[in-house]
This record gives sequence, C-alpha cells and structure tokens, in this order.
Amino acid sequence: MTLPTGLSRRELLAKLGIFFNSVVAVILAVPVVRYLLSPVARGRKNGYESWVPLGNLDQFPSGETRLATYRNPVVNSWDGDTADIACWVRNVTGENFQVFAINCAHLGCPVRWFPQSSLFMCPCHGGAYYQDGSRASGPPERGLFEYHYKIDGGKLFIKAGEMPTPGQASNIVQGIRPCA
Amino acid sequence: MRLISPIGEWLDERLQLAATIRETAEHSVPRKTASWFYVFGSAAFAVFMLQIVTGILLALIYVPSAGEAWSSLQTLNHNVALGWYIRALHGWGSDFMVAIVLIHMAQVFLFGAYKYPRELTWIVGVFLLLVTLGMAFTGQVLRFDQDAYWGLGIGASIASRVPVIGPLVVKLMLGGPIIAGATLSRFFALHVFVIPGLLIGFVAVHLLMVVKLGINEWPMPGRLVRKATYMKEYHELTRQDGVPFVPGAIWKDLFFSALILLSLALCAYHFGPFGPSGPPDPTIIQTAPRPDFFFLWLYAVLSYLPASMETPALLIGPVIGILALLLLPFFSGEGEKSWRRRPVAVLTVLLAAVALATFTHLAQHTPWSPVMDAWSGIPIPEQFLENRTALERQGSLVFQVKQCHNCHSLANQGGKRGPALDSVALRLTQDQLIRQVIQGGGNMPAYGKNLSPAETTALVAFLESLHPPGQPPARDASRTMAIGTETRGAASSSP
Repeated sequence: MTLPTGLSRRELLAKLGIFFNSVVAVILAVPVVRYLLSPVARGRKNGYESWVPLGNLDQFPSGETRLATYRNPVVNSWDGDTADIACWVRNVTGENFQVFAINCAHLGCPVRWFPQSSLFMCPCHGGAYYQDGSRASGPPERGLFEYHYKIDGGKLFIKAGEMPTPGQASNIVQGIRPCA
Repeated sequence: MRLISPIGEWLDERLQLAATIRETAEHSVPRKTASWFYVFGSAAFAVFMLQIVTGILLALIYVPSAGEAWSSLQTLNHNVALGWYIRALHGWGSDFMVAIVLIHMAQVFLFGAYKYPRELTWIVGVFLLLVTLGMAFTGQVLRFDQDAYWGLGIGASIASRVPVIGPLVVKLMLGGPIIAGATLSRFFALHVFVIPGLLIGFVAVHLLMVVKLGINEWPMPGRLVRKATYMKEYHELTRQDGVPFVPGAIWKDLFFSALILLSLALCAYHFGPFGPSGPPDPTIIQTAPRPDFFFLWLYAVLSYLPASMETPALLIGPVIGILALLLLPFFSGEGEKSWRRRPVAVLTVLLAAVALATFTHLAQHTPWSPVMDAWSGIPIPEQFLENRTALERQGSLVFQVKQCHNCHSLANQGGKRGPALDSVALRLTQDQLIRQVIQGGGNMPAYGKNLSPAETTALVAFLESLHPPGQPPARDASRTMAIGTETRGAASSSP
C-alpha cells in the first residue's frame, strides 16, 4: 500500500520507529545528563561552603603564622585522608586574622611558610608570597587565596568547602591588600 | 592435526571468516614497505595488548577508593606475589606506548603517509595519540599518591582558567568541590571503561583503513601524489613489485614487537614499579609534586611562561596544536612524500623533538623551584668564609637564616631560581645590592620588611665580599669621586 505522499506503509512505520526511539532517547538523556551534572547542580542549590572550626584562638599566637587543618564539610565515607585540608592561619594582631588556602594561586601546589624570611614559597614552579599573602615573585598572577573567617566562642572558624582555583575565587576574600 | 582440521572446517562453515582473514593476511604490499621503518604501528599495538592484560590483572587487587587505593597499591607492591612486577609492566608499558606512538607519528609524517587517500587514517591517528595521552594521565591519577593528588590540583587549576565555564568544568572534573573520593572514582571509570573503549574503537578503524587503502608505499623523491592517478599507480605498484603481507613483511613486525616487549619486561624488572610516593593526604605539605615522564615538558613550560601569557597559552595552545595536526592532511594532501624533498617537515620534527627533550630535561632538574631545605641543609662553602671580617661572616648567617640560599647558589650548591651569587660583587655595586635586597624586583621578593638595618648591613657586606680574588668589586664611579681615592678601600667595607 502506498500513501498519497508516495511513502509506503513500511517506510512510514520505519520512520515512525526511528522517531519513537528518538523520543525515548531524549527521555532517557534527561536523567543521564542530570546525573552527570550532579556535582555542579548540588553546588548551585545548597552551596558547598560552610563554617568549619580551625581550633581555639590560643593555638594561633599573635604575630605568627601557623598551619591548621580541618575536615571538609562535604564528605563521603570513602574519601579517606583527602577530605583533610590544610590552610595557613596568620594572626596579624589580637583577633585580626588572615587565613590562606594551602594552594598556590598559580597551579594549586601546597605553599610552605618560612617564618625567618616571612615568605610563602611554592615547591612546584617557584611562586613566592609575602606574609600578608600578596604576590612576591614567580608565576602566580595574584596573591594567595584567603578564606572568610569569624570568631565564635573562642574558636576560629573559616568558610570553606571548595578547593580554590585561579578561575574560582569568588567564594574567597577578594582584593588582597598590596602591602600589610 | 587430524582433529584440528575438521574442527576448523566446522567453525568456518559457521563463522565464514577464514577467506577474509587469508585475503587480509596475504594482501599484496609494496616490496620496499617490508622495512624496519614500518614496524612502529604494530609495536604500539603489541604494547597496547600488554597494557590490557596487565591492567585487568591490576584491577583484580586495586581498590578505586580514595581511602583505600594507596594501601591497595602497597599491598600490590609488597604482599601479592609479583604484584610489583605487574605494576612495573603496566607503568613502563605506559611510557613505552607513548614513546612508540610518538615515533610512529614522526615516521608516518616524514614518509608523507597522511596524504591522499590516507587523510582519515592520520586523523584517527591523532585521536589515538590524544587517547593514549589520556590513558597516561588518568593512569597517573589512579596511582593515588601525593603526586597524583597535587597533579589533579594542577589539572583543576588549568581547567578553572577556561572563561565563564571554568569553575563548572573543575567540579565536573573533580566530581565535587574538592579532590576526594568522587574524583578517583571518575578517573577510574575514564581509565578503565571510557578511554579504553575509545582506544579500541579508534584502533579498529585505523587498522581497517590501513588494510583497505593499503600501506603507504616507500616514498621516492619526485614521485608526487595526485588524487586523480594515485590509486591506479598504487595498485600498479603492488601488482608489479608487491609481496604478500604474510609472510613477506610481517616477520619484521613480529621481531620488533618481541624486542620491544622484551625490553619492556627487562625495564620493568630492573627499575621496578613507579611509586606510589607518599599517601594522598593533603595535610602533608612537605612535598614537591611532579608529573610522570611524558608530562614533564608541560611542567617546565608552565614555569617559564610569563604570567600574562599563561592562561591564553594553556587554553589556546593545545587547541591550535591539535587543529594543526588534524588539518595537516587537508593543507598538504597531495604532492611530494619523500622527506628528502620536505625540509620544513624534517625541521618541524627536529624542532619538536629538541623542544620536548629540552623541556623534559629541565623539568628533571627544576631550576625554577626554590630548594626548600637549602638554608638549613646546605652550608656555605668554606672559600666564601675564609679571611672574612666579623661583619661579613655575620652577613653569611643572615644569608642562611633568611633562606637566600633556597633561591641563590654558591659554588653551584643551593637554589637555581635566582642568579648564582659566587661573583655578585662584580655585577652590583654596594648601593645596587642594598636596593635589590630591600626592594626586590626582577623576580625577587622585597626583603625590606624582614631585615633589620643591621641585618641588611651585614648581608650586603657579605655579598660585597663575593668576588674572585684579584678582581675588584663593582664600584660607583661618582662615589669614588665624592669620597676620594684615599678612602676607596674603606668605602667598600662600610655601608
């Protein structure tokens, strides 16, 4: 049988079959894409950031810069040690703090603090920062990433949960002062 | 034999494959392509087969969990019989495969094999290079140690620089906000399912085209490729001066593959497996992460690019490079094949090889990185301390304590980030030294806030003493005029 359009019945059925499959493919693609995008979608809805305690204030003496660690607020049971994150806490004076991400602003390697020369140095590509986190030399385009902090009940808290990267610093304190 | 042949016939009656296989095996190839230059593709295939086998063997023990992966590698290294050797084979197999794929690529480029009608074979080959590198990078992540952890950080930092969607790309790459369990799981899925699937598919298409279109004939200077006549000429060549692929050419492939696999086995036995280095605990910051061999060149490039060039170079450079490779057959799909008449092609390969080797060599010595423990671990050599005044020796202490040695070398010991200071007094006058120390500049941090006036005085006195005997230190002529010749000696030692 041939329809008026010149299409045979079998050809029409085959085309309908392809169309039917395309519709099902789109229906199935929605949950697949949604699943794949879950790391992004979740961050948009609830945010990954929350206040995490770094320790009592007396752990961070005035005028000194100390290494602190915290457990990431978003964590899975199989994350192991990777959910333990380090950061540098600088007590400028009294209750005035600066908390720097451990990640170099160049490519994320862990910077080390040298109190004698008051410099942070990166082992990867030789970036260096002054004690206030501003860029001193090397390939970084900016100063160290700085966390928001608050003091609550004698404890130091920072707003953390996301690895800072050069393109993603919006959640981090903007505009490092050029000189302390 | 009496039993095998009926079984074979029974199978072939149902599979209907024997005729096709025989035809493929015995297809005629130009006699001169039965050459030792034509063995790299099959060697890459042989190493890929070994990678599949050793990969499956490792998956029997390996646990793709951020909390367990590192200890499962320790178990493989120490508690499973010959687990270390299977790891070594897989690790060395990775390096061998990248190396052979690169050599194969250089060979087909120099022999003009990408020209008509083999353009698509070349393009699929470029994809094969990319997925091979993808396997190497994801494999390095599965060796979930310190280097893998910080290497992921570097990857995320690069990805984050993509305009607008950078932060989303980072989260998709890491599977969450930080490098953690989800990150390793998705790299496992990539390394074990996704990329190998692509690799097998590309290899199949690549081989199919090699068989269908015929192996590239040995290029003769002056024999030009023209689309209108090429296929006819090629068939003429294989008819008049051809040999059956089996056994005419395949014996060289077989020998070379066996030699490569044997060298791989010996390397794995002699050098053992790669790592794992320290556990992937980001609170252990006493680490100097560095990528695997075939990404070292990138590590060097990243430290030499000026800050302003870095993001464009990182994001646009690879796109241009890959596009150039993909478009090559469309821009020079015809004409001369022989490398003897293609000097630009030869120079391109040489330049690429020299650049890769130079950057790789540099990355093995990382002259751009401070030597983190030089200030406490490398003493100042004696010759720089003998016959010095008390002030100069005090300055040498400042030099150590303030970590100057981490970036500056004396007698070739210490950091290479900044210039060697063995004879700095010849280059800079006292005033210039003071200014450099206090204000920094030229890639040196300013030390003005971290040095007391007394420390600066002592340090500069020490630096002024760094000149070869018999060569006077640099001196500001106007100052000599002002102070007078009588006091020249005294002027150099008092700031």
